[in-house]
Amino acid sequence: MAEAIVFYGLAALILGFAVLVISTRNTVHSALYLVVNFLLVAMLYVMLGAEFLAAIQVLVYAGGIVVLYLFVVMLVNLKRPPETHQDPRRQTRLGLALASALLAELAAIIVYSATGESAPAATAAAAAGADIAGGNVEQIGMLLYTNYLIPFEVASMLLLVAMIGAIVLAKREL
Amino acid sequence: MVDAIVIPLLKIVILLNAVLVAVSYLVLLERKVIAFVQSRLGPMRVGPHGILQPIADAVKLMTKEDITPARADRWVFTAAPIMVMVPALIVFAVIPFGPEVELFGRSVPLYITDINIGLLYIVSVASLGVYGIILGGWASNSKYPLLSSLRASAQLISYEVAVTMTLVSMILMAGTLSMVGIVESQRDASLWFIFAQPVAFAIFFIGGLAETNRAPFDMPEAEQELTGGFHTEYSGMRFALFFLAEYANMIVISSVATTLFLGGYLRPFPGVEGLAFLDLIPAWSWFVLKTFVFLYVFLWIRATLPRYRYDQLMRLGWKVLIPIAIGNVVVTGVAKVLL
Amino acid sequence: MSGNETTTMKVETPSPMFDTTEMVLNMGPQHPSTHGVLRIVLKLDGERVLDADVVVGYLHRGIEKLSENRDWTQIILLTDRMDYVAAASTNLGYCETVEKLMSVEVPRRARYIRTILNELQRIGSHCLWLGTHAMDIGAMTVFLYAFRERELILDLFEEYCGARLTYNSMRVGGLPLDIPPGWDKKVNEFCDIMDSKLTEYETLLTHNRIWLERTKDIGVIDGPEAIALGLCGPTLRGSGVARDVRKDEPYAAYDEFDFDVPIGTRGDTYDRYLVRIEEFRQSLRIIRQAVDGIPEGPIVGKVPRLIKPPAGETYHAVESPKGEIGFFIASDGRSTNPYRFRVRPPSFCNLQGLPRLVRGHMVADVVALIGSIDIVLGEVDR
Repeated sequence: MAEAIVFYGLAALILGFAVLVISTRNTVHSALYLVVNFLLVAMLYVMLGAEFLAAIQVLVYAGGIVVLYLFVVMLVNLKRPPETHQDPRRQTRLGLALASALLAELAAIIVYSATGESAPAATAAAAAGADIAGGNVEQIGMLLYTNYLIPFEVASMLLLVAMIGAIVLAKREL
Repeated sequence: MVDAIVIPLLKIVILLNAVLVAVSYLVLLERKVIAFVQSRLGPMRVGPHGILQPIADAVKLMTKEDITPARADRWVFTAAPIMVMVPALIVFAVIPFGPEVELFGRSVPLYITDINIGLLYIVSVASLGVYGIILGGWASNSKYPLLSSLRASAQLISYEVAVTMTLVSMILMAGTLSMVGIVESQRDASLWFIFAQPVAFAIFFIGGLAETNRAPFDMPEAEQELTGGFHTEYSGMRFALFFLAEYANMIVISSVATTLFLGGYLRPFPGVEGLAFLDLIPAWSWFVLKTFVFLYVFLWIRATLPRYRYDQLMRLGWKVLIPIAIGNVVVTGVAKVLL
Repeated sequence: MSGNETTTMKVETPSPMFDTTEMVLNMGPQHPSTHGVLRIVLKLDGERVLDADVVVGYLHRGIEKLSENRDWTQIILLTDRMDYVAAASTNLGYCETVEKLMSVEVPRRARYIRTILNELQRIGSHCLWLGTHAMDIGAMTVFLYAFRERELILDLFEEYCGARLTYNSMRVGGLPLDIPPGWDKKVNEFCDIMDSKLTEYETLLTHNRIWLERTKDIGVIDGPEAIALGLCGPTLRGSGVARDVRKDEPYAAYDEFDFDVPIGTRGDTYDRYLVRIEEFRQSLRIIRQAVDGIPEGPIVGKVPRLIKPPAGETYHAVESPKGEIGFFIASDGRSTNPYRFRVRPPSFCNLQGLPRLVRGHMVADVVALIGSIDIVLGEVDR
């Protein structure tokens, strides 16, 4: 019961701050709300017994990425007025399409987990791992380097490509 | 009930007070040490040898006018000093000052908690401290603080990767992320990890200097260049929070370095039986002594070295420290597998 | 990027994605590293300096105009207040100019003592320069060390003339006072102390990696360009031009002593630092020779009680610690004050090179370069 209250409280706060992130006009305030949002998500992770994920969430997203956001926000003058689109309805249509796709995804997940069969291996392993005294660091490590090796490597290649691309874009006179 | 709530609360209260007193006396220590290096006397007026100087400073800062610049972002401006101070204080929760001791018939561990991701907790919380600096500089709506904010964020991303990499090699050594576990694994190995990981120690220490904005990496506040940097527009107690947070961070970095590299609360040569008489000295005093040595080195460096330029720190971070740190992780991993 | 050595200002075209703007930063007149009330308006791209505009005049007291209404001896007091960290050098420059105008012969003893005072002054001024320059770059201890030795020099001056900053230590035709007994011995003792302390400064800085990184290749200027900008003194010699008034147009007793004029090779901040450090040693060398050879004799030449130079005008320069300080004085031959009085202050001439030096560097280098050209605002603004 108490857990449910905390969960819904956190979820409400997360959603609230997410709305603030996109509705605030001031970019720095928006980044600040994003940090709070990340911290709340980290709390959610702690509640689920995934301390490692929580710490990484804070370290990487709150501590690293948003600092970069802020760096760019301060370096670049963002005070110009928003561009006027030729087709004001384009955004609405795009937004509707994306939102319905997300809705479909969520619905699929709910249906999938409600049928109950073959819960993803990660959930089961994490549930088993949480009890072990060593925490879930080892579990995550094992999973990443065995079952999920290919997605892991693909993700790191993707990041590498993104990094090289950013360097090429930024440094024109290499 | 007592074990679950009262004792932890008591410990938190005691620790917070101890840290704050230590911080204010660290300021005095710094003034005294630097004065000693510079053949001066330092504070001598308030109490014998200036021993009451921190109290006078606190009274002065609290009674000063608290100014908010007219076009500052009031909320962020107010929140920034808090955002600096809170991470600096909550990091102490996982630092083991000593093992469990018998106190009034109870077994009380000399740390607030020992979570299994202790090291990651420290890194992630410490990485939040920079927000106060960045946002404080931005919210002041003033040019020098803004430049200082840019420097702080550029500095953070340059050294943090290297520092985290050294921690990875320490985790490989200890096989755990728990701070107590790391100390105990040094007892098991009968070896302070500084002797096994000198490279990691050097990188961690350099990164620690940068993390605490201490000389020679005090670019964000460089008073000769940016007239104080992010806290140019702050006064009174809000300024004091920035100031105290810097010293609290010094203690944090020194404590972490002590725990990781100098065997925490262990006595010197923890494996040598012949030195067992050293165990008569309480374990926590070893911890305090080692931390003090680090703090002294911090002050000593400040009195000796000129300041880097911030692009030079970034070059040092990206082109020197990170490659060495990654190499160190690889070497450690290979050695760990082979041995 | 580094190939373009910013003789012509190059503004990098901002990338089309972001709209970056230049930031105008007002450095001073209240800023801890502008060595007084200097104001520099910097145009910045991030922290890179695109352009700098030096604004002077915050310490203007009209000394040149005032001098036209003071009698010839009273002006010495005013010269004290120009380069207030090297008052004896300005005293000497002014007195020698008037002596040249009047064709007065200064006794040899007076010339020797003037040389000693001047070289002590050079060491004192360089101590202040070293301390503040190192402090600007963040090495705070050197500042205290340098001031410790400067204190000894101030004590020597105090013993000689009673003042510690504005000495009023020369007169037209000679000196107001002879040296007190035992003073020469104390000067020799000071030289020995200073020798060992110089090694101490150098241990802290000369081979320090951070110091090297902060000063090497910062504010590079070659000889011809330095001359074209009118730089002088150690700032010019750092660029490899061996111009020293003491050697080229000897005054006081400099033609009787052996000393070298140190010059730099690359013309960066580090070379200017090395030049001044070597000047400490050369000054000590001159002082030792002068103290050992002080001749007996009068300390004032044949000067009438009422100084009234014949009609005419003259220019005379001496080497102050900052560079070549020149005095142009015109006398109408009738009144007891100059008809026209004009100073060529080395700090002012060096300061006009600052925008050229800082262009393309970072904000942190601006303070290093202000220290590197060694200015005193009292002299810039007069």
